[in-house]
Amino acid sequence: MLAKYFDSENSRDLQSAAIATTVAPAPTRRQFLVASAAAGAGLVIGFKFTGGNKMAAAAQADGFAPNAFVRVAPDSTVTVMIKHIEFGQGTFTGLSALVAEELDADWGQMHPEHAPADASLYNNLAFGQMQGTGGSSSIANSYQQLRQAGAAARALLVQAAAETWGVPAEGITVKKGVVAHTGSGKSATFGELADKAATLPVPAEVTLKDPKDFTIIGTVVPRPDSPAKARGQAMYTIDKTLPGMLTAVIARPPVFGATLVTFDATAAKAVKGVTDVVEVPEGVAVLGHGFWAAKSGRDALEIQWDESTGETRGSDQMMAEYKKLADKPGDVARQDGDAEAALAGAAKVLEADYEFPFLAHAPMEPLDCVVQLGDDTCDIWAGSQIQTIDQAAAAAILGLEPQQVRIHTQLAGGSFGRRATPQADMVSAAVSVAQAIDGRAPVRLLWTREDDIQGGYYRPMYFHRLRAGLDADGKLVAWQHRIVGQSIMRGTSFADFMIKNGIDQTSVEGANTLPYQIDNVTVDLHTTDVQVPVLWWRSVGSTHTAYSTEVFIDELAEAAGKDPVEFRLEMLANHPRHAGVLKLAAEKAGWGEALPKGRARGIAVHESFNTFVAEVAEISVAGDGTIKVEKVVCAVDCGVAVTPDQVKAQMEGGIGYGLGAVLHDAITLKDGRVEQANFDTYVPLRINEMPEVEVYVVPSSEAPTGVGEPGVPPIGPAVANAVYKATGQRIRALPFALHGLSAA
Amino acid sequence: MVKLQINGEERELDVAADTPLLWVIRDELGLTGTKFGCGMSLCGACTVHIDGVATRSCVTQVGDVEGSAVTTIEAVSGKAAQAVQTAWDKLDVVQCGYCQSGQVMSAVALLSENPKPSDQDIDDAMSGNVCRCATYVRIRAAIHEAAKLMEA
Repeated sequence: MLAKYFDSENSRDLQSAAIATTVAPAPTRRQFLVASAAAGAGLVIGFKFTGGNKMAAAAQADGFAPNAFVRVAPDSTVTVMIKHIEFGQGTFTGLSALVAEELDADWGQMHPEHAPADASLYNNLAFGQMQGTGGSSSIANSYQQLRQAGAAARALLVQAAAETWGVPAEGITVKKGVVAHTGSGKSATFGELADKAATLPVPAEVTLKDPKDFTIIGTVVPRPDSPAKARGQAMYTIDKTLPGMLTAVIARPPVFGATLVTFDATAAKAVKGVTDVVEVPEGVAVLGHGFWAAKSGRDALEIQWDESTGETRGSDQMMAEYKKLADKPGDVARQDGDAEAALAGAAKVLEADYEFPFLAHAPMEPLDCVVQLGDDTCDIWAGSQIQTIDQAAAAAILGLEPQQVRIHTQLAGGSFGRRATPQADMVSAAVSVAQAIDGRAPVRLLWTREDDIQGGYYRPMYFHRLRAGLDADGKLVAWQHRIVGQSIMRGTSFADFMIKNGIDQTSVEGANTLPYQIDNVTVDLHTTDVQVPVLWWRSVGSTHTAYSTEVFIDELAEAAGKDPVEFRLEMLANHPRHAGVLKLAAEKAGWGEALPKGRARGIAVHESFNTFVAEVAEISVAGDGTIKVEKVVCAVDCGVAVTPDQVKAQMEGGIGYGLGAVLHDAITLKDGRVEQANFDTYVPLRINEMPEVEVYVVPSSEAPTGVGEPGVPPIGPAVANAVYKATGQRIRALPFALHGLSAA
Repeated sequence: MVKLQINGEERELDVAADTPLLWVIRDELGLTGTKFGCGMSLCGACTVHIDGVATRSCVTQVGDVEGSAVTTIEAVSGKAAQAVQTAWDKLDVVQCGYCQSGQVMSAVALLSENPKPSDQDIDDAMSGNVCRCATYVRIRAAIHEAAKLMEA
């Protein structure tokens, strides 16, 4: 979620501001990949080895490690240090494929492993000197870096073979993990050459393959984490145990911003297995032997809160306030021409308001974090999404240097943005609990589902007002888009860099980047003051801007008397990749072909994180009015598709995740209290609601861009447009459930 | 003390009879394949087999399963289990993977009862298992694939 907002210049500033005093370990000899991220789609990565005499020796283990990303063991296992957390989106697969391709390894010998927290080696090149995962940037920022890492390892193996066999390196081939020389008939595995390779200097330059010679990139490779995950063997944070470990849960304030007055721990401490009840900045923590003891202890806790400082408004009241704000102009995020004048002169003017609720991420694995404090050390096991910030936050709480905090990134049971907070809330809470018991025992802090759903860090609530004008020929001549809502970044350490002239980019992205050729466009923003903690949610601003713009475009197409696809295409002459996916999805879905009675199609196209996605939703309406999304046809242009089956999986998953939210979900507040608590009231999409999904990947030689998020934005508007077609009802406030539209 | 027959072993445990089976499995026995997702029988991440029947362990009190055979993902076996896990691998069903122990346990229970399920049968048997990554397209396809494997 972060990458697109950063360029190399400001991310360095961000580093110094956000994590001042805390980060900046000296670059090590191993840091040989020097990156300069250019603004926009591509990354320009220079490849520079430091020290021509650097030997490819492994630091400790047998085998050899030519760089920070690749280790070859004597048994030929190739370990790839994965700098981006694997939480389902497929970094273990995609990043391993980049190394395997240039190394000419056999897929079966690849072994991905999470890298330690060390921003000097494992920074996200799109974030500057910060290690972290977000903005669908993992593949994009690693594409050159990990290919180069693989190519360097390959060159050393070839050199080792040449010297061992006394043959010229030029005649040596590498294929599926076997190094061979045809003239002499000699061959060896990587492991057999590892010791020799470890004694050789790392080459100063490597040549990457011509993409036409790829044998792994662009092919279907199995996920290396599949077998363990299908057998209950994959280890997540919640599964981590340490000798003497205590489990903790925290009682948090009933309204956001309330403060603790006092608590009575007598009854809680009487619960069998409860060991400690301690105050922490987040509330009151109850610790015990196992979750059930801790949770039962928390249930017995008596706490008095002062709610006078808290957020006591209801979400209805907030929305009414937002709506009022929309009557006045806001801070301008985009201005082309004069929209007001063009509206005044338009033949036809349309106006529509859209309402979007708070949304929780609700990853399957509730938040959790394991902490063990030593004398001058802190070990953290967590699904850490921005390791550098988590590390800095823990260090600040404990009075340590960041390097004294070791983060062991764990597989995470989903995130969708939730595990990446500028506030490092998950790790900070666990560290505070461990500190509160003086590090006496390792602590595993767990969130219950209720803690997760009611704990904030939501996709913000937004109100949108759109006005547009058509001329007498049905040409769109004016577009006015006003957005009202909370800023995700305001008040965080990222604010200085992500809020420019009062505009938080995450509030308006997708709106101020509207691709359609319209001469007069204004996009403006009111940022509201609300105490509910908010956060990016899979595809961030595009979760709402794609919906309002693409539903409104559909309304305008109808008003112009044009087909929705044709209407869009006429305005996309300068955006061939938008047009490309739109045409492809329409064609594959049979757009324009007749459908059986009770069925309808809707379409939407949106770019997020430099990836272009169009989706056609086909819905049915039963006699009782129940709607079902039967099928979704998706076209995606993400540049080179490194692992096409994972691209497909992310589109399928993004469609399901987005669909569940638009059909069912809203976090609402009454007198400041969250009304939803678990999956009965915050309703997840289930298998019976999942449409059939067809995904078409646009062949491309452009640099790869991400796919974790971009499948989400088009599904809501595509379904809404289909619902209108079928029922005549325009859904302008989400979720659909508000409109008596039940899904089957 | 509670007696528990789990994964073919008899265990005697010093836990209250009303402790949820899930937390006995995870925190007392250290079997971590069975996951916590909601605590209210709403998501299915904690699905185990009790005498072969898919059951949510988060709302099952350990005292109530005395005398029954509890099987977790670590020990699930047989033709249906093998077919399901093979199909899961083949179609790369998983994403984050956290719910998949429960999905596999529910799928195995379904196929053990009904070796050739229809889409409707799959919906009925699997709609209690939430996957926030929405791997449902592949779960459905993998169950059909597993049914084929079982026939072969």
